Amino acid sequence: MEAGGLVPAPARPIIVRPRRQSSASWPLIDRIGYWLCWATGIALCLIALAIVVFMFVKGIAYLRPALFVKSPAPSLQQSQSGGFLDPIVGTLIITAIGTVIAAPAGVALAVWISEYGRPVSLARAVESAIDVIAGVPSVVLAIFGLLVFSESFLGFLSQNAVNGSVYGRSFFAAGIVMAILALPLIVGSTREALAQVPDRVREASYALGKSRASTIRWVLLPSIRPQIASGIALGMGRIVGDTAIITILLGVTLTTEGVGSVPLIGTLRGTGSTLTSYVYNNSPAGEGNAPQKAYAAAFVLLMVVLALNALVTRLTGGRERGGRLSALRRALASRRPEWTR
Amino acid sequence: MPRRSGRSEDQRTERMLGALAIAVLVLIGAMIVTVFVNAWPSFSSNGLSWFGPGGNVDTQLRAMQESTPLPGHDISYFRAWPLIWGTLLTTVFAVVLALVVSILAAVFLTEFAPAPVRRTLEPVIRLLAGVPSVVYGLIGILALAPLINQHLISNARKQSVAYVVQLNGADLTTATVILAVMITPIMVALIAGALESVPLPWREGSVALGVNRWRTIVRVSLRTARPAIVAATVLATARALGEAIMLAMVSGGRGFAANPLDGLTFLFEPVRPLAATIVQQSEGLTIAPLAHTIYAMAAVLLVSAALLSFAGWAAKQPLKQYGIRA
Amino acid sequence: MDPLMPPPVRRIALDREPHIAPPATSPNGAGSGAVVPSEAHRRLTRPDPATVRERMRIESVWLAYGENWVVRDVTLPVRKGEVLALIGASGSGKTTLLRSLNRLTEITAGAARAGRITLEGEEIHELEVNDLRRRVSMVFQQPNPFPMSIYDNVAYALAEQRPPRGRRRRRTAELEQAAQEALRRAGLYDEIAADLDRSALKLSGGQQQRLCIARALAAEPEVLLLDEPCSALDPISTATIEELIVRLRESVAIVIVTHNLQQAFRVADHVAFMHLGELIEYGPSEQVFDRPSQQRTRDYISGAFG
Ligand SMILES: Nc1ncnc2c1ncn2[C@@H]1O[C@H](COP(=O)(O)OP(=O)(O)OP(=O)(O)O)[C@@H](O)[C@H]1O
Ligand SMILES: [Mg+2]
Repeated sequence: MEAGGLVPAPARPIIVRPRRQSSASWPLIDRIGYWLCWATGIALCLIALAIVVFMFVKGIAYLRPALFVKSPAPSLQQSQSGGFLDPIVGTLIITAIGTVIAAPAGVALAVWISEYGRPVSLARAVESAIDVIAGVPSVVLAIFGLLVFSESFLGFLSQNAVNGSVYGRSFFAAGIVMAILALPLIVGSTREALAQVPDRVREASYALGKSRASTIRWVLLPSIRPQIASGIALGMGRIVGDTAIITILLGVTLTTEGVGSVPLIGTLRGTGSTLTSYVYNNSPAGEGNAPQKAYAAAFVLLMVVLALNALVTRLTGGRERGGRLSALRRALASRRPEWTR
Repeated sequence: MPRRSGRSEDQRTERMLGALAIAVLVLIGAMIVTVFVNAWPSFSSNGLSWFGPGGNVDTQLRAMQESTPLPGHDISYFRAWPLIWGTLLTTVFAVVLALVVSILAAVFLTEFAPAPVRRTLEPVIRLLAGVPSVVYGLIGILALAPLINQHLISNARKQSVAYVVQLNGADLTTATVILAVMITPIMVALIAGALESVPLPWREGSVALGVNRWRTIVRVSLRTARPAIVAATVLATARALGEAIMLAMVSGGRGFAANPLDGLTFLFEPVRPLAATIVQQSEGLTIAPLAHTIYAMAAVLLVSAALLSFAGWAAKQPLKQYGIRA
Repeated sequence: MDPLMPPPVRRIALDREPHIAPPATSPNGAGSGAVVPSEAHRRLTRPDPATVRERMRIESVWLAYGENWVVRDVTLPVRKGEVLALIGASGSGKTTLLRSLNRLTEITAGAARAGRITLEGEEIHELEVNDLRRRVSMVFQQPNPFPMSIYDNVAYALAEQRPPRGRRRRRTAELEQAAQEALRRAGLYDEIAADLDRSALKLSGGQQQRLCIARALAAEPEVLLLDEPCSALDPISTATIEELIVRLRESVAIVIVTHNLQQAFRVADHVAFMHLGELIEYGPSEQVFDRPSQQRTRDYISGAFG
């Protein structure tokens, strides 16, 4: 033994694969915890499955192509109350307004906080303001918005009564408040992405004589486009799904009701509904109470969320693939050099 | 020359972006001030009793809406206790339930789940986190509430409280369960992410000392993930506090203070939190006393949200000295 | 320095006192002077043959990740009362072999083993894995104190290993005693006695590594596995830990993996040289370093592998 010695030609050895580690030898309390984990995990799977299957079954059962092309009609009979064309259009309009405002504002804010951020106290304050927005219930934002948009100097954004009072409820109003709701998500993902751009990228650009502003515009922002896009998609998900702002700020009329004669602006100053408010109003809690319509619209809503989700996964999946690639690169680098042979 | 213009362009950009930042700050400041200014009349005419119990909130709100003061009271008479109590009950129950479930589920997901289960569960959890609350409300009122009404609430139980309130399944249990289902996915996602990023050397170090896997998870992984657990809880609590639509749907429309003295029946009594009340009363924002009352409720929600984020910050401090951060 | 390169130690084979500065007479260089105590220590205390006892036995062990056999037919004894050093180029399977001794390889999916590893004559696969790991403890290359206080780190193993009776989470006098004892054995107690409640992450690297050793010692293992314990440390901390290792061998069987041949020479009583998964040479350290029987050993020790 002491001499050690050379190994014989590697005859194939008998393999002792390790047994699965069991929890049998653990103290009772640890085993209880272990089994609770399994039980919870399985329960969660079942609940998720139940929700998804329930919504699919109900949704497909009541979904008719006609629902997409008919406007809602005032009727207590579910067969007479029309479809949800207007709510779908409403959802699109609100999402468009919210995104068009929130996306540039969110990116700009994130850029200011991470790339400029002076004076520091102001940056801190803005950070906490965005935290406040993220934590404030959307109803509170909504009733604040109603107060603001009822001011007479903002009368051009909604409809005005004969006596001069401003209604304060319109697509404009709801869309703008929705933008505030989506802001923290866009700021958050842009900031995180900016923080992950290594400093040497910035330095390389400054070294080429580019100004800070053009570095941001032409180097930093293009390099984090997927993350910005996924932040926007998250924000859109938030906008599509919110109901409180719609019920308070969109007036929730059955169909889209324009104001005045200007085509597009008139619609935007007017009232309407979205898929979420349609579901709410057709649920037993709302005035319509047409559960079949509610299920069908909820299903459509779910599909929209699913699509946005898939979009986010696609976008951040790119990052993950990069991650996997770099993991592979690291693995290759740690392969033993040839000289050991 | 190009450098000069670059610098002035820089300054212009900085100023523009800074102006936007200030605008956001002003907006939020304006929101807070507006809410409190509009809330003040309600608080000042009711004093601290605003928060206390006293009569039926729905009657009080209706009195304001119809501008007919309740006999013996001011027009702005309001006692919010049933709503505050409802908010507390639903939030605390749902968050505690969701916290336990999501910690266990996150541990399951990261440590024990077989790879295929994990691969399917992760996107499902992400999907559930994105489902709009109105859809959850729909499920609550059309699926869960009838189920509870039929199978869990006996007629004897209904009769026992019939003189104060009707039990129909739209109740504390439904609200809590649906709320917990709503917030669990967010918490699972955040906690599982934190558990995954616990450095391997810490886990290996523990296992190499002969400490079994479960203890390692509890003492090392969960401890390291604690700031994330706190952050997830804060986020979930904020959502539970502010959830309006779903709770407005499953609360049965009554501002009733569920009474724990009723024993098990308590769980089947209706509740309606502050946020849901705001949505249901939003039509009344044009009527002055009612509007002040609604803003007062909003102010309470704002203050709770602020206290919450402070609590979250404080809960993370003790671990900072060990270099653990969220 | 490139960690893949063996250190330049050519002269060890030629000169009995390589690279080691003469004792404190040297007017400058605390760093080089600090190496001396361990060197002196080793010279002074050769293991007492009476205390040497075999603890573990590695018999014709093969280890694989998937289909890739990275340790091939290794046979070695692990004895209490002496220090065994594993040396060899990168990728020769030292870490894999070490980790298999307390079944840490099982954490890696697809790891497999052939051959016998016994602890006090018992096949380690027959033992309960957590019991085994308590008896055969490991210290890693990077110091990995838990994010807790110093005290909690040391008491961790005692409190969390299968407690013989009831819960031992509370800070009992008994537990405190054991923790202090472990810190003393690791030579750390005097430095940090005042603030046991401080965060362990605020210690210096060398202190952290000694804390990790204390943490492992607290549970009184029979075998201590050290995987390049000094590679992240400065010379002074290294010297302290080397001394510690030599002191500990009386009570614990020690296996140390190192790339530092001088270190192996200073602390080890037996040395095993591995190459590409095979055990090339095993013997008393003087023999392996002075009169290696294999050409490959000679090449490695003289730095010819570079
Ligand atoms: N987790 C793993 N999965 C697959 N292969 C591995 C794994 N760990 C190590 N290996 C392979 O096993 C072989 C031996 O690795 P090991 O870490 O035991 O070498 P080592 O002698 O400790 O090297 P070093 O001196 O660099 O630490 C290497 O070829 C390595 O690529
Ligand atoms: Mg190694």
